[in-house]
Amino acid sequence: MRIPCPCCGLRDLREFTYLGSETYLDRPAEDAPAEGWDAYLHLRDNPAGPVRDLWYHDPCGAWACVNRDTVTHAVGGSVPLGSAR
Amino acid sequence: MRFSGLRVLAEGLRGNRGWAPHWRKPDPKRAYDMIIIGGGGHGLSTAYYLAKNHGITDIAVLEKGYLGGGNIGRNTTIVRANYFLPGNSEFYSHSLKLWEGLEHELNFNVMHSQRGLINLFHSDGQRDAFVRRGNAMLAQGDDAILLGREELREILPYLDHDQGRFPIYGGLYHKRGGTARHDAVAWGYARGADGMGVDLIENCEVTGIRIEGGKVTGVSTTRGEIAARKVGIVAAGRSGQVAAMAGLRLPIESHVLQAFVTEGLKPVIDHVISFGMGHFYISQSDKGGLVFGGDLDFYASYGARGNLPMAEHVMEAGMTLMPMIGRARVLRAWGGIMDMTPDGSPIIDRTPVEGLYLDGGWCYGGFKAVPASGWCMAHLMATETPHPVARRFRLDRFATGHLLDEEGTGSQHNLH
Repeated sequence: MRIPCPCCGLRDLREFTYLGSETYLDRPAEDAPAEGWDAYLHLRDNPAGPVRDLWYHDPCGAWACVNRDTVTHAVGGSVPLGSAR
Repeated sequence: MRFSGLRVLAEGLRGNRGWAPHWRKPDPKRAYDMIIIGGGGHGLSTAYYLAKNHGITDIAVLEKGYLGGGNIGRNTTIVRANYFLPGNSEFYSHSLKLWEGLEHELNFNVMHSQRGLINLFHSDGQRDAFVRRGNAMLAQGDDAILLGREELREILPYLDHDQGRFPIYGGLYHKRGGTARHDAVAWGYARGADGMGVDLIENCEVTGIRIEGGKVTGVSTTRGEIAARKVGIVAAGRSGQVAAMAGLRLPIESHVLQAFVTEGLKPVIDHVISFGMGHFYISQSDKGGLVFGGDLDFYASYGARGNLPMAEHVMEAGMTLMPMIGRARVLRAWGGIMDMTPDGSPIIDRTPVEGLYLDGGWCYGGFKAVPASGWCMAHLMATETPHPVARRFRLDRFATGHLLDEEGTGSQHNLH
């Protein structure tokens, strides 16, 4: 699997650290109820098929939101985290 | 049909023409008392113990593929009870006791081999942690022996004990740990459940869960509508998708874990050996293949196959630990879909939908749990109360903070 880094282009999987689903970007407000934080931290849609998830490119320090398929392992494009939402 | 030495001998003399299929292939009825979604190890053992322990036999096990075609057919077959945390410790202890009587219970040779499991340690701190773990295992009533450098060297002379990066200080020896024939476990439970009247329905994918007024009333399947009073989700890596049919989001993310097997070799590795520092564990199957694996690939996946970086890492760890395996040729590599929870421990609990139950989140430790998981899920579905040894496997423990984080790696699915 090769992942497109928004800065460096297509790079080997070994250079990346995986965080998880793009729902990590939907951080609840600090005063949100506990249920909101539980859902944010623990609950997952966990889809089989196309997803957008968050990868960190270790050498350059960029965060990428990557289009990927969890069944075929096909990887599409990516965008920098700042423009993902 | 019962197996016995006499029967095997008689069939051998008659050209083995007397064997019949081990279970029926029934068409689904329109209604059952209970439905189990998932015909793998956990689903089949749940059905078996519902019938055996609770006398409930009006059950269908719905399997979208063939029986035992999921993770029970794709794992590395290790059976152990070396957990530390209260909640896990009593559960896996119960499971190992069920394993020890399983062949007599099922009249089926599951080839349970208590060859012993050795966890290696490589520093004073890690040694202290294993002393503590061993004491917890003894306090639970299981077995643990602390092996020092010299004792370990005698038992496992072929390890590279003095390697520069992770010199081996000793090991925690769990003698009752070992392996079993994974497929046979599914087949044994299937045959036992079928014999008590449970309908095992293959090629029957659940496409919807019917709920009326907050209460489950049945399921829609590729083989028609089936009504039921209670439904159990026992779908391993697919738990999230099945639960979504009931409008639930689970604390589960599915990841891929790879495993490898070499060509058959003469007996060379007598135990199950785990090398935590290198993320590597190994045993030798009865056919002679070295069966080994390592860590998750670390990204969400339903691919049932992994990528090369982790394969490479596992091979490197194996070569670091036991250079002698370098000339064995890898025969096959594969991946399984792991239902990872944020704390690495499973869930056996009711759901917010009345009559709908969940047994899942087994991460990569589900095989050894098969007997106790079915035992406890059956108890929950039959009596509406959690079984005492599984009472901490709650669905709401992430919200309440009662985590069972055996590894202490924090609340993220891919870190366990």
